[in-house]
Amino acid sequence: MTRKQKRLSVIAGGLVFLGAATGLTFYALGQKASYFYMPADLTTASVQPGQRIRLGGLVEKGTIQRGQGATVGFSVTDTHKSVKVTYTGILPDLFREEQGVITEGSFGPDGVFVADSVLAKHDERYMPKEVADGLKAKGVWQESKSE
Amino acid sequence: MVETGHFALVLAFALSLVQTLVPLFGARLNNQRLMAVGGPVAVTGFALTALSFAALASAYASSDFSVASVWENSHSLQPLIYKITGTWGNHEGSMLLWVLILTFFGALVAAFGSNLPATLRANVLAVQGAIGAAFFLFILATSNPFIRLNPAPIEGRDLNPILQDLGLAIHPPFLYLGYVGFSICFSFSVAALIEGRIDASWARWVRPWTLVAWMFLTGGIAMGSYWAYYELGWGGFWFWDPVENASFMPWLAGTALLHSAIVMEKRSALKIWTLLLAILTFSLSLLGTFLVRSGVLTSVHAFATDPTRGVFILCILTLFIGGSLALFALRASRLTTGGLFHPISREGALVLNNLFLTTATATVLVGTLYPLAVEAFSADKISVGAPFFNLTFGPLMVPLLLVVPFGPLLAWKRGDVFAVAQRLMVAFAAALLATLVTALFIDGGSVFAALGVGLAVWLILGALTDLAVKSGFRTVATGIMVRRLLGLPRSVFGTAFAHLGLGLTTLGIVGTLCFGTEKILSMHAGETVELSGHTLRFVGLYPAQGPNYSEDRGRFELIGVSGSPVGEISSAKRFYPVRQMTTTESGIRTIGFSQLYISLGDEGKDGSVVVRLWWKPLVTLIWGGGLMMMAGAAMSLMDRRLRVGAPSRRRKQASVVPSATLP
Repeated sequence: MTRKQKRLSVIAGGLVFLGAATGLTFYALGQKASYFYMPADLTTASVQPGQRIRLGGLVEKGTIQRGQGATVGFSVTDTHKSVKVTYTGILPDLFREEQGVITEGSFGPDGVFVADSVLAKHDERYMPKEVADGLKAKGVWQESKSE
Repeated sequence: MVETGHFALVLAFALSLVQTLVPLFGARLNNQRLMAVGGPVAVTGFALTALSFAALASAYASSDFSVASVWENSHSLQPLIYKITGTWGNHEGSMLLWVLILTFFGALVAAFGSNLPATLRANVLAVQGAIGAAFFLFILATSNPFIRLNPAPIEGRDLNPILQDLGLAIHPPFLYLGYVGFSICFSFSVAALIEGRIDASWARWVRPWTLVAWMFLTGGIAMGSYWAYYELGWGGFWFWDPVENASFMPWLAGTALLHSAIVMEKRSALKIWTLLLAILTFSLSLLGTFLVRSGVLTSVHAFATDPTRGVFILCILTLFIGGSLALFALRASRLTTGGLFHPISREGALVLNNLFLTTATATVLVGTLYPLAVEAFSADKISVGAPFFNLTFGPLMVPLLLVVPFGPLLAWKRGDVFAVAQRLMVAFAAALLATLVTALFIDGGSVFAALGVGLAVWLILGALTDLAVKSGFRTVATGIMVRRLLGLPRSVFGTAFAHLGLGLTTLGIVGTLCFGTEKILSMHAGETVELSGHTLRFVGLYPAQGPNYSEDRGRFELIGVSGSPVGEISSAKRFYPVRQMTTTESGIRTIGFSQLYISLGDEGKDGSVVVRLWWKPLVTLIWGGGLMMMAGAAMSLMDRRLRVGAPSRRRKQASVVPSATLP
């Protein structure tokens, strides 16, 4: 091979590599990104059982049920609709009634949301950003209430 | 004292403007006297920033609640150490720490840069001054830590309990020393672009700064990871959280920079690429600062969300990244390209390293920013988490790790890959053996786990092979070998240590992810549970009182083979009344390199307690590997050739340098 051919093959190799990496990245974004929903969105959005999503809202008052062992059931609500959620594990320290929460998992065939992670990640007002934005969009929560 | 600090900060801002303009024009007019202004101004600016920082720290230490930032983030009952570390445990204070470190690095250039060409030195200080000016203005305009309250409150609102930990003393300063340390590389790059030339002293200067910054960033990330691991009670060491990614991207790019700077220094090739990489690395540091400080992300790091701050940092970001890249586009073609090399050579290996590392940086960047972009352009909210990064980052890292042991053994210019493969035979055989043993004899692991162990062993032994080959193991008498080993340049040890660290971290990650076990159950006092061969007895819950919290401490006994307790582990639920916040203090016991990890959950009605237990094999190696990498960087820094201000002595050492290239 001449020097020019060598250089071209190196560049071509690099481009193929970058192309593969780009392709992989976008494939992974399509496959692995999980969408965020509030309970009321679920009536319009079609979410298949087993599809991984994040469900956010407020923990509905009086719905926290501690069953056998480490399994906990509670409802997530956006005051329009609520969804039953079960979770096995330790709830975050900031988990409490009527506070914002984000759960990640998928719907079981019975329509109960099985969460494998519960986040109460928050700013200093105890409200996850996604949930706050969602509630604001639904007119349930105003900025002034947060002060 | 507080007003003194405030005044010093304003003065430091003014000086940073002087530092930007005067040396810049001096360099342009080639006026020695104007250029000479930069040094003293940079040192004075640092002194004033330090005074300002000390003033704030003393306000925190003495719980002066008339200062708004102290009132919001401190409490009189807090232990003194947390009062002091609380200085940077909030937005305003941490930005002040940021500029303190920035001016510190500027002062170092001023103090040790006497042997730099005058115009280069002046331009570097000017760029450093400009970054400083932007951030001083940001602090004074949007995040002033010295704002007073009138009347002064009697009691403060307490520091976020999660931050009341020794981790706060180490993690942010180290991380900032890393982030901001790359500003020097950035300033050198922009200065070189302004001058339109890169000379030998440029490369000699940039490499040690990259090493310093990289060393601290490695430490900062490792410490942050360990802190999150024990503090959050989730038992995870890395969450691919955007905030973590914000620190990981400069690390990846900085690692690439570290390697390309070697090529540039030794072979004066890849000049333009190294320069671009230096700009990109600091740009990613700025992006990290933006992501963490602007409040676009919700996390424990985003202390307060004030939109004006976000917009301000975004402006700084655009100005510096856009400006430097525009300058690069205009001037890069003026720079001369360096030596040629064969694809299979040390240079070639380092280019491959750069290709993989920058691509990996790009995937992390896409994964981190994609959700923000989707949210900005549509109503959808998405999250990109571990599954995405495992699918993209993983496949990029594995081939890179596979070729790591080849790199240091290849010769410069033109290498012989078969000769290197022969030298690595022992390491390869051992890695293969480790894979087989893991697959056949250790339960619970998959094929991937076995391959992972093999990969880690390959990396570790590959690093040791490098030292063995270079000291002439088995080819010369033992005495000569030892003498040769001790006589090797420190940078060779640096490489070996850092690659060894990489292997240890890999082993730790594989061990924890593939062989770890976990149990979640509710326990009554007196019950025992078994986990991966360890028996634990739950003794009970005991209430206790801390200085600014109350806690329920769950005590566990580790039962030995004989049936009697051999140790105690305790995990607690803490309640901080001021912030009405509960935190979990995990219970950890280190056994060898592995750890038993206990996290306490809620108390049930019948007096039982939910307990989550993990057995985490080899988990400490994850951070141990990080320490090893830091040791490698420190070793490399001690190399006589690289010692700051060494160029004059360099000629005497010239005989040592070629030995680094011995195959």
